[in-house]
Amino acid sequence: MDNKLKETILNPIFKGNPITVLVLGICSSLAVTVQLKGACVMALSVIVVTGLSSLLVSLLRNTIPNRVRIIVQLVVVALMVILVDQFLKAYAYSVGKQLSVYIGLIITNCIVMGRIEAFALGNKPLPSLLDGLANGFGYGMILVIVAFFRELLGSGTLFGFRVLPEAYVPNNLVILPPFALILLGCIIWVQRAVDKDLQEN
Amino acid sequence: MEYISLFVKSIFVDNMIFAYFLGMCSYLAVSKNVKTANGLGLAVIFVLLCTLPLNYLLNTYVLQPGALSWLGEGFKDVDLSFLSFIVFIAVIAAFTQLVEMIVEKFLPSLYSSLGIYLPLIAVNCAILGGSLFMQQRDFVNVGESAVYALGSGLGWYLAIVALAAIREKMSYCNVPKPLKGIGITFITVGLMGMAFMIFMGIQI
Repeated sequence: MDNKLKETILNPIFKGNPITVLVLGICSSLAVTVQLKGACVMALSVIVVTGLSSLLVSLLRNTIPNRVRIIVQLVVVALMVILVDQFLKAYAYSVGKQLSVYIGLIITNCIVMGRIEAFALGNKPLPSLLDGLANGFGYGMILVIVAFFRELLGSGTLFGFRVLPEAYVPNNLVILPPFALILLGCIIWVQRAVDKDLQEN
Repeated sequence: MEYISLFVKSIFVDNMIFAYFLGMCSYLAVSKNVKTANGLGLAVIFVLLCTLPLNYLLNTYVLQPGALSWLGEGFKDVDLSFLSFIVFIAVIAAFTQLVEMIVEKFLPSLYSSLGIYLPLIAVNCAILGGSLFMQQRDFVNVGESAVYALGSGLGWYLAIVALAAIREKMSYCNVPKPLKGIGITFITVGLMGMAFMIFMGIQI
């Protein structure tokens, strides 16, 4: 049991990373990676939403009729997202404003729905909570890596503090949306070069 | 004239895929060949075109701060906007279910060719994203929101068919092994996005 729990936690972080291996949840992730601060807030929000909604669905799993489960899941996820959104509005208004619609779009983030469908519906509450949190973390990690490179090369700063010398000319291409995709392609390239099992034929 | 400008803008300048990354999951998963991409693109246009004006009406007459004032004086200060996520997603999910049932009943051949992708539209971010952008943009009437829906749907359709065509050709290319499949697709989408950047800042 202990080994299984460990597997549940570690698998989503590298071997079964939701973004680079399963290709889920790209939608709302790439637009928020221009700055590290926004990316961290987004990552935390997603971790909270995936963890809590997996837990809640897992608690309800024996009472949800199979035919209407998608709608029930959407309502649970929407509830969690509303909580996060209201929390951000109250305590981190400017960051929340900067993330604009992308907080709302966590509802349709495939990672949340995917983990509920694949894991929480058939497992006990505690493993489901851990699975949700770990998947959120795997997602957040990629988000932070992408944001690190984009903010460093695009503005020469990290978390708003200047890191590179003034003489560095910011590369404007890095700030533009398409570069996030190219960077993600490169992360996948590195990961698959290291781990040959993940390569496609 | 404003309608044309909004229409062209929502197709090219504010393209759902290349400017906002919306609907990326199904965009990457379903773009392996042109035929299915075509089907999904059309379904997305249709669902967007139906749900966005509906959500616009709900937003204007129910959810906005003060939107309920048509009920009487006492409702003037009611602000239900915190409910908008749940209302929008419920409308979209219900509508997708409805479309699925109608298509299954009356157009069985189309239903079998779309298969799993039809129900997946409910969790396509482009649809919910359209509604959330509509809320931010303060459109003046239903017509404008419908034009915006049609334009962004078409933009999504254009993007998915273009990527599917490129991927069909790319299957004959000699791509480095670790980059094969999803890796090279990401980079291709990035390059396509750069091409789309030329439309940025265009005033019509």
